[in-house]
This record gives sequence, C-alpha cells and structure tokens, in this order.
Amino acid sequence: MAEVILLKVDGEEVRVSEGSVVAAAIALAGAVRFRRSVGGTPRGPLCGMGICFECRVTIDGDPHARSCQILCRQGMEVRTDG
Amino acid sequence: MSRNGFEAIIVGGGIVGAACALELARSGVRPLVIETGEIGGGATAAGMGHLVVMDDSDAQFALTRYSMQLWDELIPELSSDCEPLPSGTLWVAADEEEMDEVRRKQSFYAARAVHVEVLDERQLREAEPGLRAGLVGGLLVPGDGVVYSPCVARWLLERAVELGAEVREGVEVAGLAADGARLHNGSTISAGIVINAAGCRAPELTPGIPIQKRKGHLAITDRYPGYVNHQLIELGYLKSAHSVSADSVAFNAQPRLTGQILIGSSRQFGVDDPAVEQRMLRWMLARAIEYLPGLGSLSVLRTWTGFRPATPDNLPLIGRVTGQQTEGGAVWVAAGHEGLGITTSLGSAMLLVDQILGRPSAIPVEPYLPSRSIAQHIAHYGEDHHG
Repeated sequence: MAEVILLKVDGEEVRVSEGSVVAAAIALAGAVRFRRSVGGTPRGPLCGMGICFECRVTIDGDPHARSCQILCRQGMEVRTDG
Repeated sequence: MSRNGFEAIIVGGGIVGAACALELARSGVRPLVIETGEIGGGATAAGMGHLVVMDDSDAQFALTRYSMQLWDELIPELSSDCEPLPSGTLWVAADEEEMDEVRRKQSFYAARAVHVEVLDERQLREAEPGLRAGLVGGLLVPGDGVVYSPCVARWLLERAVELGAEVREGVEVAGLAADGARLHNGSTISAGIVINAAGCRAPELTPGIPIQKRKGHLAITDRYPGYVNHQLIELGYLKSAHSVSADSVAFNAQPRLTGQILIGSSRQFGVDDPAVEQRMLRWMLARAIEYLPGLGSLSVLRTWTGFRPATPDNLPLIGRVTGQQTEGGAVWVAAGHEGLGITTSLGSAMLLVDQILGRPSAIPVEPYLPSRSIAQHIAHYGEDHHG
C-alpha cells in the first residue's frame, strides 16, 4: 500500500499517493491555471515530460519549478498563478 | 530635394540612425533609412538598454545628461512594448575604497545638479535584499532607467515615417559619397545629406574612422519579479587591472519590466566571432553570483553576444568627415557609441542635426567631432559596465 502524501496547493490540503507528481496534485486540487504567460494568458501542463515548461509553479518558494517532473513530498507548499 | 525625393540618406537603422531620422523629419528634412538587417537588430538589440548618466569625463557627462533630459520627455510617449522602467542605477561598493569612489561620484553628480543618494550597508540591503552580506554601500542614481531598445528604435522610425521618412530593411549599402549611396545591386540613391550611422560597420563605409568592435556577453533569466529592483553595477573595476587589450568581466544586473533579470557584462577586444564563449559566460556569471548569491539557482533562458562600436576616447563620433575616404565629398557620421548608445542616441541625433542644419546646440559639439584629435587613451572601465 503506497504511503499517503499530504501537501498544500494554493493553501488547500491535497492527499496523493507516494510517487505522484506535483502536476497531479494540482489537478486534484482543481486548479486549471498553473501559471501565466508574459501576456497574462493561462498556461497548464502540455507535454508532461519536462520539455515545454508550461506547467511551472512555485514549490516551497522556488519559482519556475516544473510540476510534471517533481514528486510530491510531505508538507510541500505549492503555489500556482491561479 | 533630389529626384528620389529624399533630402537625406541614413545608413543604419539602429537606435542612433532611428533617432537621427526622427529629428531630421521633425526638422522638415525627409530622410531615407537604409538598414542591412532589420531595424534595431545590431548592437541596439544586443545591449542592455540602460539609460544612465555617466561621469567618466565631462564630455561623457554632458552627452549622457543631455540625452537623459530628452529621454525624460520621450518616455511618456513610448509604446508599452518599449518597456520603460524607472529602475535607477545602483552602483555597489564592496569595500571602503569603493565607498570613496561612491563619495567622489556623489560630489561629481551633486555639483552638476543630478540627484543621487549615498546608501550605507543597511540601506543597500533594504534596497536590494538579494545582494550578499558584507557589501559596504552604494550610490543610487534614481533618474536612470531601462528601456527595451529595439522596440524604441522601431517606435522612433514609425514616428519619422509619419513625418515623411522612408525605411528600407534588408538593403545593403556598398559605398557612400557626399551626394548619395551606392547599393550592392549597383543602383545609386542620391541625397544632399548622407549620414553614416552604421555602428560597428561604419568604418567599412567611411574608412579610417576609429571604431573598433568590443564583444560582450549577456544572459537573461526567466521571470523573477522583485528579485532585482535597480540596475546594479559593481564599482570593483577600481581594483582590477583592466588594460585596453585584456578580456574582463564585471557584475551588472538589470531588472526588466517582465520580471526577467538581464545579467552582464563582459568585454573582449579583437574578437570577431559572435559565438557565445563558455569561458567568458562562466566567468561573467561567476562574477554576478559573487554579488547575488541566489542567482545560481535561477533559470537562464538565453545567452547571446553583441559588439559595441568603441572609439579610442570612449566618445562617439558626431559630425562631418571629409577627405578621400568619402569618395571626394563629406559625409556625416553618428557612430561609435560603444556601450552607451541607447542613452546617447537621442542627444547624438540632436547634435548631428544641429550641425547639419546650422542650428545652435544645447551642449558644445566639439568633444564629439570626428575631426577631434583622439589622444592615446587608457581605457577607463566604467563605460563597459553596461550596454
């Protein structure tokens, strides 16, 4: 049985299974806008493999983290531009 | 008016040529601007777009100060893509010797009615929390700023076109004479006024003018709004043994309106290859990280190089060039602005058009005349901290 990871997405608690990527936790939290482009238009995961940089969010204060490439950790604080 | 309908030909569609075109058009002289590449695509696009009052010499101060007054009038009119940012410049002192330089600069500017503020260690930390601990202070020049230069060049030309100017991009000029330009396709365009504003390429069209290329590297990060608040420049050049020929780097970080951070600077002489050199880039970024330790964890989106059109005395050439090299006649030159060309473009255009039209100038033109005697010059490093 996989461990349950508890983290926060925009202040809201989310539970995911160990091994989940942050993008999945954000999707579970119901966020659709991960970040904004320079022009202010909404952006979200596209490639899912770390190439397109569209899924970037702020993780534990570090901006521009690719949420599709980072595994959820206990107590992680994720912030989108939502 | 010539049969082509142009009274002036300007070779070079960088910010200097663009500013000259607008000032001519405003003065009722219809110019044609010929740009071999694209508008603002040379040093104008490669540089930082730092608007700065400089104090390396009285002539440099006069031109930068005059230009800043013109920028202050222009900036409210600019389109938003020109990204004007009133960031100010913060000269950073790492030790007491550099604080002495801060105080020297402070008295220089204060004596000339430029508002500046001396910051102590604590005020520096408050102004720029990303700077490392242990820096002793700085000099804030609040009136300085930043623009996105290639868009300014385009904006200036759009205004000129509204007043009757014409712009041809992707057209290469093969030669200049006092009465016109010869194109690579063999055709000629005549005009009574011919202006060489071709930057680093100016000596190809006016052989013998003392302009050399100085290569620089730059890097730009992703968007980190608030990470850097002012144009930051180290005063560390005081202790580095910068010679005219040696490669060097200096810490220079600039906030952009987008939240991106533009990181410089490097300078190299005698290098023609525009390729990014890992050795120079590593050295430049390592210097920046000495001042902004957190910079190492930010993502850099792009790195590039550019060439500054440098003169032996660090002042641009603004005025008439006569002699054999111009195929018998006289051409006008506005080139050699090195790393200050964005700032000084507006003042240079005024001084050039003043001379062409026989108008009085706001500041003396003599220090910038191409005919001045350019003494053997030991380069001061200050100019190379930006642009």
